[in-house]
Amino acid sequence: MPKVTYIAHTGESQTIDVPAGYSVMEGAVRNGVDGIVAECGGACMCATCHVFVDEAFLAKLPPIGEEQEEMLNATAVARRPNSRLSCQIPAIAALDGLIVRMPERQT
Amino acid sequence: MSAGVVIIGGGQAGAEAASALRAQGYEKPILLIGDENQAPYQRPPLSKAYLMGTLDAERLPLRAESLYDKQHIELLLGQTVVDIAAPLQRIRLRSGSVLPYEHLILATGARNRLLQIKGSERALYLRTLPDADTIRERLASATSVAVIGGGFIGLEIAAAARKLGKQVCVIEAAPRLMARAVSPLLSDFFRDAHEKEGVEILLATGIEEIEDAAIRFTDGSRRAAEVVLAGIGVVPNVELARAAGLAVGNGIAVDEFLITSDPNIFAIGDCAEFPCVFANARAGGRVRLESVQNAVDQAKCVARGIEGTPEPYRDPPWFWTDQYNYRFQMAGLSNGHDETIVRGDAASGKFTAFYFKDKRFIAADSVNRFADHIAARKILGSGTKLTPEQAGDEAFDLKRV
Repeated sequence: MPKVTYIAHTGESQTIDVPAGYSVMEGAVRNGVDGIVAECGGACMCATCHVFVDEAFLAKLPPIGEEQEEMLNATAVARRPNSRLSCQIPAIAALDGLIVRMPERQT
Repeated sequence: MSAGVVIIGGGQAGAEAASALRAQGYEKPILLIGDENQAPYQRPPLSKAYLMGTLDAERLPLRAESLYDKQHIELLLGQTVVDIAAPLQRIRLRSGSVLPYEHLILATGARNRLLQIKGSERALYLRTLPDADTIRERLASATSVAVIGGGFIGLEIAAAARKLGKQVCVIEAAPRLMARAVSPLLSDFFRDAHEKEGVEILLATGIEEIEDAAIRFTDGSRRAAEVVLAGIGVVPNVELARAAGLAVGNGIAVDEFLITSDPNIFAIGDCAEFPCVFANARAGGRVRLESVQNAVDQAKCVARGIEGTPEPYRDPPWFWTDQYNYRFQMAGLSNGHDETIVRGDAASGKFTAFYFKDKRFIAADSVNRFADHIAARKILGSGTKLTPEQAGDEAFDLKRV
C-alpha cells in the first residue's frame, strides 16, 4: 500500500498506508486526519480537501482536470502552484512516499 | 461517569455528528446506534458509480472501522431503538437494554415512499447498500428497465441503467422532471439530455399496474419492464420522536439550534424539519432537506451546540446530481423565485440559472459550471448582494461579490 504523509499546518505529521486506488483524500478522511474536510465525499464538489503537494511529487501527479481547475480557484486558502484537491490524487505505487501539506483551513 | 451522547441513526448525519463532537473536543462517551448492519457509509454513490460497478463496496464506508475505536465512538449496529423516555433521558433497544443519555441526537433519516398500485410488490427501491446490490444483480440479467419517478434518484438510476446498455423508460406523474426541486428550465434540459441518450421519458403519466415484465398505463398502453425501480420520494422517520411526545411537522420539528421540543434532544439530517433562512418565507420558512450537505452541516452545528459555542444553523443548502456527463449543482432553494437569469448557454450544456425573488438572489442551478456553483454558495452564505444584472453579465467576476 502506498504511504502518504499528511502534514498539518501546525507541523504535526501522520503517515498512513492508503490502499492502492483510493484517493489521498479517502486515506485521510477514513483515518481521521484533521485538516482535510471533504464535505462532498470525494465528488470534486466542495474544494475542502485542498492540499499542497511536495514539489518532489508534482511531476508524477495526474493532470488537473477542468473541474479540479475551477474548484482550485475556490479554495478557502489561496491556491499555489502545487495546490491540488486530494480527492483527485490516486494513491498509486508511483506516488509511494507522497507528502502533502494541509492549509490552515478548508472552509 | 456521564451518560454522554447517544446518536440514533447510523447514516451520514449520525456518523458526522460523532466525528464532529470529537473534533470539538468532546470527551464523554458517544454511542452511535444504527439499524443497518454496516458501519456508516456513503449513500450518494449507490445510485451512481456503485450501481454502474465502477466503485467497489470497500470504498463506501465513511470512516475506517478502526477510527471509531481510536476516537472512542461506540458503534451499535443492527440495533433498533424502540422507545425514548425523554423525561428520564433514557432509550430502550429492541433487545430490551435500557441506555441513559445526557444528550440525544436523532438522525433517524427517512425511508422510501412505497407505491400503492396493483403489482407494486414487484418494484425495487434504493436506499441502502443491500438495496443497491439487489438492483445490480437484477439489472445484470435484464434488458428492459422502467423507472417510476422522475426525481433525482430515479434519473440517476435511469442514467446508470442506460450506461449499462439497458432499454430504459422513466415514468413521472407530474408534467415535468424533478418538479419538487428544480425550475422548468432545468427540468426541460434534463428531459432532453435523457432523451438524447435514448431514455424514454413519459410525463404526466399514470400507471394502472405493474405486470410480470411490463408496466400497464392508465390509457391501456404498455412498456416492457423486466426490472421496475421506484424512486417516488421518502417519508421521514419520525415515529420514535412522535411516540416520545416531541413536536413533529413534516419531520421532527427543531429550532434554529436544531433542538427539538425537548431541550436534551436534537434532530438532524433527513428526519429534521428546521427553520431555514434560505427557504420561501411565504411557505412558512421551515424545510426538511435530504442531502449530504444538510446532514454534515447540521451534524457540525449540533456538535458545537453540545461542546462549544452554540450557533444557529445558517449554512446555505447545496446539492448535486450526476447524470451522464452532466454535473448538476444546486445552491440555495429556488422555490418561490420570480426572476431567472441564465449565464452561459443551455444548448452548450454549460450554464447556470440564477434565481431571484423581489430582486434578491436566492438560488443558482449550475450544469457543468463548477466555479459558478461555488461562487453562488459563497454569496448565499455571506449574505452579500448579487444583482440580476451582475448575474447575467459574463464579464462580471462572481468571486468579486
